Amino acid sequence: MVKQLKKVDAVIVGSGWVGGIAAAELTKAGYNVVILERGKNKKHEDYIGTKDELRYSKRYDLMQELNKDTITSRNSMSKEAIPVRNNMNARLGNHTGGAGVHWNGIAFRWLPYDFEIYSKTVERYGKDKIPKESTMQDWGITYDELEPYYDQYEKTAAISGEENPIGPPRSDKYPNPPMKETPNIRLFTKATKALGYHPYRIPSANASQTYTNPDGETINGCVYCAFCEEYGCDFGAKADPIGTVLKTAHKTGKMEIRNDAFVNRVSHDGKKANGLIYTDTTTGEEFEQLADIVVLAGFVFTNTKLLLHSKIGQPYDPKTGQGIIGKNFTGHFNNLSTYIGARGFFEDKKFNNFMGAGGMGATIDDFSGDNEDHTNLDFLHGYEVHYSQLGSRPIANNAVPYDTPGWGKEFKKNSIKYYNRNLFITPQSGFLPNKNTYMDLDPIYKDALGNPLLRVTVEYAKQDIARAKAGVARCEEIMKEMGADKMNVDVVKDDTVFDHKFYTDHFFGGAIMGASPKNSAVNTYSQMWDMENLFVVGGSSFPHNSNYNPTVTIGAFAYRAAEGMIKFLKEGGNVAVKPLEKNA
Amino acid sequence: MADQQPPKDVNGKPQHEQDLGRRNFLKNTGLVAGGLVGGSIFGGLLTGGLDKKNDNIAKNDSNKGIEVTQARQFFTRHQDFKVLNAATEQILPEDELGPGAIKLGVPYYIDKQLAGRWGVNAYDYRQAPYAIDLKAADQTAGPGGEQSILDRGMIFLLGLRKMDEESQKRFEVTFDKATEEQQIEIMTDFEANKVKMKGVKASEYFILLKQATLEGAYCDPLYGGNINMEGWKMKEFPGAVASYANYIESDDFAKLDPVSLRDYQGH
Ligand SMILES: Cc1cc2nc3c(=O)[nH]c(=O)nc-3n(C[C@H](O)[C@H](O)[C@H](O)COP(=O)(O)OP(=O)(O)OC[C@H]3O[C@@H](n4cnc5c(N)ncnc54)[C@H](O)[C@@H]3O)c2cc1C
Ligand code: SF4
Repeated sequence: MVKQLKKVDAVIVGSGWVGGIAAAELTKAGYNVVILERGKNKKHEDYIGTKDELRYSKRYDLMQELNKDTITSRNSMSKEAIPVRNNMNARLGNHTGGAGVHWNGIAFRWLPYDFEIYSKTVERYGKDKIPKESTMQDWGITYDELEPYYDQYEKTAAISGEENPIGPPRSDKYPNPPMKETPNIRLFTKATKALGYHPYRIPSANASQTYTNPDGETINGCVYCAFCEEYGCDFGAKADPIGTVLKTAHKTGKMEIRNDAFVNRVSHDGKKANGLIYTDTTTGEEFEQLADIVVLAGFVFTNTKLLLHSKIGQPYDPKTGQGIIGKNFTGHFNNLSTYIGARGFFEDKKFNNFMGAGGMGATIDDFSGDNEDHTNLDFLHGYEVHYSQLGSRPIANNAVPYDTPGWGKEFKKNSIKYYNRNLFITPQSGFLPNKNTYMDLDPIYKDALGNPLLRVTVEYAKQDIARAKAGVARCEEIMKEMGADKMNVDVVKDDTVFDHKFYTDHFFGGAIMGASPKNSAVNTYSQMWDMENLFVVGGSSFPHNSNYNPTVTIGAFAYRAAEGMIKFLKEGGNVAVKPLEKNA
Repeated sequence: MADQQPPKDVNGKPQHEQDLGRRNFLKNTGLVAGGLVGGSIFGGLLTGGLDKKNDNIAKNDSNKGIEVTQARQFFTRHQDFKVLNAATEQILPEDELGPGAIKLGVPYYIDKQLAGRWGVNAYDYRQAPYAIDLKAADQTAGPGGEQSILDRGMIFLLGLRKMDEESQKRFEVTFDKATEEQQIEIMTDFEANKVKMKGVKASEYFILLKQATLEGAYCDPLYGGNINMEGWKMKEFPGAVASYANYIESDDFAKLDPVSLRDYQGH
């Protein structure tokens, strides 16, 4: 039977950036918090000597264990979904710190355009510019309102960067200067400048110098060891929840992280959440952790699954367009939004490709968001083109020119020759929501506890394909200017379909935010309209996907949500009704 | 056939004569001959807790150390293993740049991986229904037999045996005895999915085979592949180097001696 546990002020699903930020802010304000984390107990010590490509990049040691829970996916509403069975197709967070431990640290802000995409599009191009299938909408908040929280996250996470020459306004500069510059980055910068673009260094959570954040946590200076993505940092030099927000919460003595705790349901009476029901995966026992407020910070898929499975809110129905839970799923998709582009091979140049850091690189924003005039283009939103030097590891990197066979003598020769003689640039593009791209519960497949899996349906619209094509063409232009002797340029076909890969971990929607319960599940403090003591936080609240990596924006909204939680614990009610002053 | 003989251990002795007792283990690895036996050192070796003191032992005897781990855990038929040897060597052949798959230890690496949790898809979602009818399934549903009911170990066994069978059918010799051209012809057909297999597509098996070969060639030597870091040396990848802070801005290519995790972790 379910055993009830003594009530706490707040219970949180997940110990990633979102859960960690909520825990830090709530405990600092004097509230006691329990985090339920399905993964193992991990500390920085676990990542000492972690430079093992096979274990972390090929066996996905830190990623979600799909034998316990996964998603099913399909690329058209007319098909049956199939489960994502192995981590080659899904890199999602697990263990203490979540995906924030094994992220790269690329740390962009999003654009003012993103938050008011609907009205800015209508204003500039007229209503007819918005495709019929599109379900894009304003977020109910402006960039200026979000800016202080951006600043707060950047200072917590030691972000190292330089001013973007065509970027949105900032109240303060980055807390740390950009990372060191490599010849590879210089080459990209020179080429993009020559073409008239505005390159700048990618802001990163790999700290360019040793730094102490406003909570008093120290992040060491990065040594460019190139084992960032998919690894915990060996040196405590990449900002992650373990070394920052969770540490801060620990110090208050008011947080408990309960590991091996798999949350299955939100318990509630229809109006109010009572707590979370979870299974201790080491014993199989079920518990109900009671709390005054309940925070879902388990990433997009878990947040949406928990709402649907607990029957909170109205599920989205693509046939009628009614309902909201599961709506506006978007993401960075492998064969459309990233991992495609132009690869240049250089005969006489040799690069130190094996050095680097997850967030190190340079980019241009000339085509981001609405920076380019879309009047004569057949798509909205845009792409940023970047070169990033996260460090090529040898199992994964065997690129050869297209005319080389995929194995055998020639392959061996060229894969070795070009290992340190090739560079890849990629356009990371936005993806706009459409009616047929959403999440619901799978009718067939179940998780390890017998609950339905979440089903994801993704249909690419014409404009998404057109945007990807434009981005790749730009990469080709830049790579030519960079002086490559040979190029592999990816071809985006008109009939490209979603390839069932959930590899980027940049996914959004399911419990989207807005200014009114008519078109959103949560307000801009990530508080459920229908259940005021329930906060659903993270990418799940984003109505669409920008062309940038999401975590800084997720972090900013997590700070705003935490402020809302504190306000709610003090005063109750819907905290967005009377907008809060940011207590700086 | 010679292949039916019981497999020999590294010193040419039949398996049943092997004694896994500590003393014989020591003899076989040559540590006794080197006169370096000491309780603490030995204890350290068995628990994997090598400390700096016995670094020299491991170095003096590095090849013997490798041979001890070169015994089959997964494959029971020698013939399957011979086909694996030949196939991986075709993917990454020995040439003037350096060793091929066999000398890099790839077949033994694959054997060990298949004997472990990767071989049984331990962390994968394994619930029915499977998309066994692969034609009907969405072709983009994931390579490497992701939607197959077979685990990776089974896919390897079926694939290797199918390659052998194909060779005997086409050329009347086992795959490992076929000529280079014949082996390449068969493998090309597997890659192009021109051979019919049950339960998994030939092309998916081939993707697994190629992936595992590259892993074995370039993984850390602790897994039994990339012997003596020869794979890394060919590629000019320096391995587990702690810091590149002093090189990162330089225009010159950094030629560095590779470092393995055993060196790096240093304990
Ligand atoms: C390899 C990789 C590289 C990345 N690089 C970048 C980058 O460079 N820049 C960038 O901006 N973003 C990057 N990301 C994305 C980034 O990591 C995420 O946006 C961010 O970490 C999301 O934080 P979160 O707290 O919302 O979710 P998560 O970090 O996923 O945390 C959710 C936590 O909840 C737990 N949980 C989930 N379900 C349950 C349940 N049912 N019960 C109990 N616990 C549960 C999970 O185990 C996890 O710990 C990367 C991601 C990956 C995987
Ligand atoms: S590159 Fe820098 S941030 Fe990344 S793991 Fe190495 S030291 Fe840490």
